[in-house]
Amino acid sequence: MSKLDLVMFEEEFKQLQDIIGRLQKDASAKVVFLVDKNGQQIASAGEVQSIDATSLASLTAGNVAATDGLAKLIGEKEFSLLFHEGEKDNLHISIVGKRGILVVIFDQGSSLALVRLRVKKASRELQEIFERVETRANEESGPGTKFESPFSEITDDDIDKLFGD
Amino acid sequence: MTFINYASREINCKIVYYGPGLCGKTTNIQWIHEQANPEKRGKLVSLATETDRTLFFDFLPLDMGTVKGFKVRFHLYTVPGQVFYDASRKLILRGCDGVIFVADSQRPRMEANIEAIANLATNLKDNGFDIRTIPYVLQLNKRDMPTAEKVDEMERLLRFRNEPMIEGIASQGVGVIETLKACARQILMELQRS
Repeated sequence: MSKLDLVMFEEEFKQLQDIIGRLQKDASAKVVFLVDKNGQQIASAGEVQSIDATSLASLTAGNVAATDGLAKLIGEKEFSLLFHEGEKDNLHISIVGKRGILVVIFDQGSSLALVRLRVKKASRELQEIFERVETRANEESGPGTKFESPFSEITDDDIDKLFGD
Repeated sequence: MTFINYASREINCKIVYYGPGLCGKTTNIQWIHEQANPEKRGKLVSLATETDRTLFFDFLPLDMGTVKGFKVRFHLYTVPGQVFYDASRKLILRGCDGVIFVADSQRPRMEANIEAIANLATNLKDNGFDIRTIPYVLQLNKRDMPTAEKVDEMERLLRFRNEPMIEGIASQGVGVIETLKACARQILMELQRS
């Protein structure tokens, strides 16, 4: 497995899902998304049907990447928190560990202070899981690994089928 | 960086269209968006200026079907081609799995093509990738233009690692899917190897 790949197993995924589900309730938020820094959605909780989650994930990652660029321009390592205030809904974006982004959407039913407080706790828990995923990935990328990728037998035919040939 | 989710049995791959300004990167993914089955394509997001020049990126998520029981999803991105948007280009390459270089076949644009490949090499390197090993496809776009350079000459100037080279007219969809497929093949074969 390439050292850059992010591989998430069922157990870790369930733990992430539990944490953000709890965060959504504790923070009285409408929706919570966990997104990868490269723009891929990892998990979500709340009224997710009302939002185009894929676009949200990609735009959030773009936003964070651009803000990262701005931070470096002025000599900061990163801005770990972004807040966008709307008329009804607000967007709270924070960085989790090296590769995660936590997006919380909330309205007047909650408050920025409550969201910040709950996000802080959830971030710590999420970071632990990310670290575990990374440690495992590093161990399994070494020689003599027991992990066998289900993609070890991809054929040209499989790829042709994807394109309807 | 491929994201493999065993819980939802999904593989997500990021493919970036790169090339000089006005070479047809956005046209490529617009054509894919128009032709794709509405159930399989996501929304095309374009962060563009008022004159429809790409400002930050275009983004198109595409569900491709399944391989070995895993749903394959491609995230297609374009970069802004104009020289002064270099900082944005670098950000978009972050975590990419493959690159499609769209070259403009018009003779006066050859220098811009060469500069854009050099710029791609630098920006990939800054993101920890090597242009000589990352899944990569060269598309010679705008083959229908009256000032189009000969294919042999473009190959001599732009092809550097025996990468798949595909002639295209993105505005008419010629070569668009072949290009994407050539890149997807390399990415999935890379997964096989790893």
